Amino acid sequence: MIPILFVGFAALLVGCSLMVILHRNPVTSALWLVLGFVSLAGLYLLLQAEFLAMVQIIVYAGAIMVLFLFVIMYLNLKRDREEGIGHLMRRTIGWGIGAVLLVEAVLLLRHKWVPGPLAEPGEGVWGNTIAIGRLLYSRYLFPFEITSILLLVAMVGAVLIGRGGVGVKSERPGE
Amino acid sequence: MNLPDVVPMSWYLILSAIVFVIGVVGVLVRRNALIIFMSVELMLNAANLAFVTFARYLNSLDGQVFVFFVMTVAAAEVAIGLAIIVNVFRLKETVYVDEINLLKG
Amino acid sequence: MSQLAALWNHPDFQFVFWALVKIVIIMHAMLGAVSYAIYAERKIAGHMQARTGPNRVGPWGLFQPLADVGKLFLKEEFTPDGANKVIFHIAPALAVIPALVTFSVIPFGPTDPFQITNINVGLLLFLAMSSIAVYAITLGGWSSNNKYALLGGLRSSAQMISYELSMGISTIPILLMSGTMSLVDIVHAQAHGPLPFVPGWYVFTVPGFIAFSIFMITALAETNRAPFDLPEAESELVAGFHTEYSSMKWALFFLGEYAAVFAISSVAIVLFLGGWHGPFLPPNLQFLWFLAKLSALVFFFIWVRWTFPRFRYDQLMHLGWKVLLPISVLNLVATAIWVYVRNNR
Repeated sequence: MIPILFVGFAALLVGCSLMVILHRNPVTSALWLVLGFVSLAGLYLLLQAEFLAMVQIIVYAGAIMVLFLFVIMYLNLKRDREEGIGHLMRRTIGWGIGAVLLVEAVLLLRHKWVPGPLAEPGEGVWGNTIAIGRLLYSRYLFPFEITSILLLVAMVGAVLIGRGGVGVKSERPGE
Repeated sequence: MNLPDVVPMSWYLILSAIVFVIGVVGVLVRRNALIIFMSVELMLNAANLAFVTFARYLNSLDGQVFVFFVMTVAAAEVAIGLAIIVNVFRLKETVYVDEINLLKG
Repeated sequence: MSQLAALWNHPDFQFVFWALVKIVIIMHAMLGAVSYAIYAERKIAGHMQARTGPNRVGPWGLFQPLADVGKLFLKEEFTPDGANKVIFHIAPALAVIPALVTFSVIPFGPTDPFQITNINVGLLLFLAMSSIAVYAITLGGWSSNNKYALLGGLRSSAQMISYELSMGISTIPILLMSGTMSLVDIVHAQAHGPLPFVPGWYVFTVPGFIAFSIFMITALAETNRAPFDLPEAESELVAGFHTEYSSMKWALFFLGEYAAVFAISSVAIVLFLGGWHGPFLPPNLQFLWFLAKLSALVFFFIWVRWTFPRFRYDQLMHLGWKVLLPISVLNLVATAIWVYVRNNR
């Protein structure tokens, strides 16, 4: 049962990623990416990380991609024109590097990994969120607090940058 | 509860590598800054998948905590990156990265 | 034959099979309930406006939804020129799917036949589905190739993501008080209250009551119901994001809106109003209490729509970010302190 689910989600993920980079219309690429994130959440569920699966849908598919779609619609982007200086050369080099990286990765990763149990097995079926919470608030408390400051800084920065800086009139609809 | 390891770990890692490589190709091949940004998100998610795989197969939850942080940082980065792209669009009327070459000699 | 018997007896197969049966039953029941909710809205609106509402088709107008469905099936479907065909067709389906998926984690009754599944992150699944619901209206508005539709769609998605925050944060006090994210266990935790005749529902505690009020207000905004229905404002934006949609696709948008009302009401009942708890009934019939509370909340949604005037867009944003968000965060901090003191006394 689980290998079938894995193959299904994995094929969906790879297919959606390919459609993201191959499609010409940015909105369609964004929607394929949303589907890819949802299939990745399915993979997290197979890896028994249900809290992360739900957070993936809430944060990535539900917030970050909505932001992407906002910007694409605001900038009113139509189909991409793939042309420009030496674009054929750029494309060949790009796909070539991709192929080399892929061969290298598969060669390195295909060995049988034998992971010994690093720590005691987790707390049981209902333990994932509680366990992450315990770790987050004890060992990783400092990064947690720093991350909240990071989010605050990012929020303020995004508002300031989006406004256009000092002396530049931002385009707000007449009110 | 530990399910028996019916799916070997290398499958997940190879999947993560494939998605990562697709993201790299996206960054290298596409012109549209937003698609490049989306490919960067693909790369981040591939790394997340590797983290969660190791967390599961090594029975340590540190990987999942790290994924939590990666997601937060990715959200912050997307917000600022999109603000920058919108600003550049206001100046240059384009989102194609090879047309934003004011400093080219 | 023996292979079929072995398959039938396999526990995984049994789980999946009965889950599918329950899904089919609940989905059909909800879709039927949603069509009659539209009828109920028109009747209640009529009586609140000192008129009768539909009363021609069948006794007391009870067959009105059938007539509506018949009309919608026979209406002409057209796609506007220049619209993005694929997204134009997918957007209405995206409106219905998240609401129906939410029903998979809601316990209608105390025992197994009344719950499709019991996952330990049920509350997060509900929040995830409300995040996905933003896409339907945004994509519907954008793919219509129409200025008014696009404006309606963007306004609606901004409204929904703003109120989603307060909704999520206002459910965290419940998480603190019950100690679990599984909706089944949250209902079990509300079984007994401290005082003899007051039920143990969380709405009767102070932080729970504040959280319930915030949740209901944000639920009105999340489902784009009045007074937060600027995106589909008939009088202001032509018809908002569904300007270009006709017949069944428009019907799907509205089905999605009412299904979301039912879904959010069900979650509110599970989190705040004690789920299926109620006196005097044997356990197998406790789901009737759930349905009674569901009817009361849906009536509340309809009542509010025909009572309050519409919010202006900037008033809406002000309310979401500057009023509801601080109150829900303060409520969360207060609940955390209260739970800590209570547990460590």
